Amino acid sequence: MTQPITARFQLDYGAFQLAVELSLPGSGVTVLFGHSGSGKTTLLRCIAGLQRAPQGFLEINGHCWQDSERDLFLPTHKRALGYVFQEANLFPHLTVAGNLQFGLKRITNPAGAAGLQHILELLGIEHLLKRKPDCLSGGERQRVAIARALALNPEVLLMDEPLASLDFKRKQEILPFISRLHQELNIPVLYVTHSQQEVAQLADHLVILANGRALASGPLSETLSRLDVPLAQDKKASTVWQTNVVEHETGYHLTRVAFSGGALCLPMADAAIGTPLRVQIYASDVSIVLEVPAATSILNVLPATITGLIDDHGGQSVVRLQIGAQALLAHITSKSARLLGLQIGMAVYVQIKSTSILN
Amino acid sequence: MLTSADLDTLLLTLKVAGISTSVMLLLGTPLAWWLARTRSAWKGVINAVVALPLVLPPTVLGFYLLVLMGPAGVIGKFTNWLGLGALPFTFAGLVVASALYSMPFVVQPLQAAFTTIGQQPLEAAATLRASPLDTFFSVVMPLAKPGFLTAIILGFSHTVGEFGVVLMVGGNIPDKTRVVSVQIYNHVEALEYNEAHWLAGCLLVFSFAVLLTLYTVLKTQPVAHQLK
Repeated sequence: MTQPITARFQLDYGAFQLAVELSLPGSGVTVLFGHSGSGKTTLLRCIAGLQRAPQGFLEINGHCWQDSERDLFLPTHKRALGYVFQEANLFPHLTVAGNLQFGLKRITNPAGAAGLQHILELLGIEHLLKRKPDCLSGGERQRVAIARALALNPEVLLMDEPLASLDFKRKQEILPFISRLHQELNIPVLYVTHSQQEVAQLADHLVILANGRALASGPLSETLSRLDVPLAQDKKASTVWQTNVVEHETGYHLTRVAFSGGALCLPMADAAIGTPLRVQIYASDVSIVLEVPAATSILNVLPATITGLIDDHGGQSVVRLQIGAQALLAHITSKSARLLGLQIGMAVYVQIKSTSILN
Repeated sequence: MLTSADLDTLLLTLKVAGISTSVMLLLGTPLAWWLARTRSAWKGVINAVVALPLVLPPTVLGFYLLVLMGPAGVIGKFTNWLGLGALPFTFAGLVVASALYSMPFVVQPLQAAFTTIGQQPLEAAATLRASPLDTFFSVVMPLAKPGFLTAIILGFSHTVGEFGVVLMVGGNIPDKTRVVSVQIYNHVEALEYNEAHWLAGCLLVFSFAVLLTLYTVLKTQPVAHQLK
């Protein structure tokens, strides 16, 4: 299937080479994940046209922005994009309103006054309009920067580690705004980060980059549970499930949610019945048993099938399991894997010790 | 007291300085922008050429200009071909010489201001649909305002104060090339110390006022805003 975003770039800086070929969805948040030096920011800058890859092809919603074969390269200012930098990068000589108007004055298809009003409300910055960037907190500046990019009604929103320069508290202040973006706006977001937490919280689609190459690209839970990428072996490896609230067991302070393979018990969530909840399950919180335990303190015991198994040769094994349509990772000791005789295709039960709710 | 001849020299000086400063801004701004952004191997050479008037005796620069702009010189032949005649000992020649002589005082503050602005605001402007030229006027010029003010003040006042180049290229022709500094020299040569005092006093007060403005008023505005 052809995806709305096609990107192919090749560049060679000697010590660093970028060679990626990606097809990305036209909606939701695509996270470009990688450690520093993986090429994620360079890739984003190539998409924005801030950097020119000698070999490149980029098409977004049918508009070609670069095709080195045809010697086509649209300069950044002619691309219908929004860009949020790591530092908010607001113009210090303009007020917040002036910053928001800067791009609006230069486009022919503005979202209009109503659109801007909606964006201001979404990001909670209506009260800041008359201030200069100097008089804003780091979090406020970044929210203004996001609004400034969104006001252009772009075809794609590019975000380069927008939270990296903020402290933990400011991050928590902005994350909800960003996760609301893709619920309320129907544009694709390409989001660069090196934080696994941001991946779990924001991503719908995940691209994993290392050494200038894309190791994996696919829907979040599928990609998180791939055993051929280093992420699955990371100590903090996790999977993320999309669930829906079914009922609250108020007496026990628990919430029951349903997912495509069954139901889960979570700590009480402040969400109405039917609301979607994103649930993160760390691989280290999952254990495997061969039969339904007769008596256990663990509430979430689910039937599963082993679909992958690798040994890290350091005493630990990573097991990939399938529960309905959902994939799950479990970190267990290699000794346990051996003693239980785990094999691909085996039917087992998983015990999930704890879960965390992401939204 | 100032005589009417003295007043004429004062007016002529302001006229030369005003026109030279405009010329320097027109030529110096793109030059400073190029110097601030280029990675060309020529950058060092051009920087050195622009800074030459800072270290050369004005008579040396004046001498070369006199030769080049004279009827036998390259520039002289060109201006003759244009039908303008030779430039030495004319008002236009004086403006050209002054502009060249004071150029570093305009280019260097602008170059410093442009360098401080850096790449980030330019990239932000590009992602907000501003073309490079648009960005220059809507982002770079406002951010470099203190640099422009410094360049204008230094370029103007340095032109007002020059003597050697004027004498070599412009000579001492009333109403055409006789500026204040030359007139003071004339007065002293004629032992008219009283007149010399008046004119010298005017220049002293002017120069002090300029420097005071630079160090007090402009100090309140940093050379370039920190980008947040």
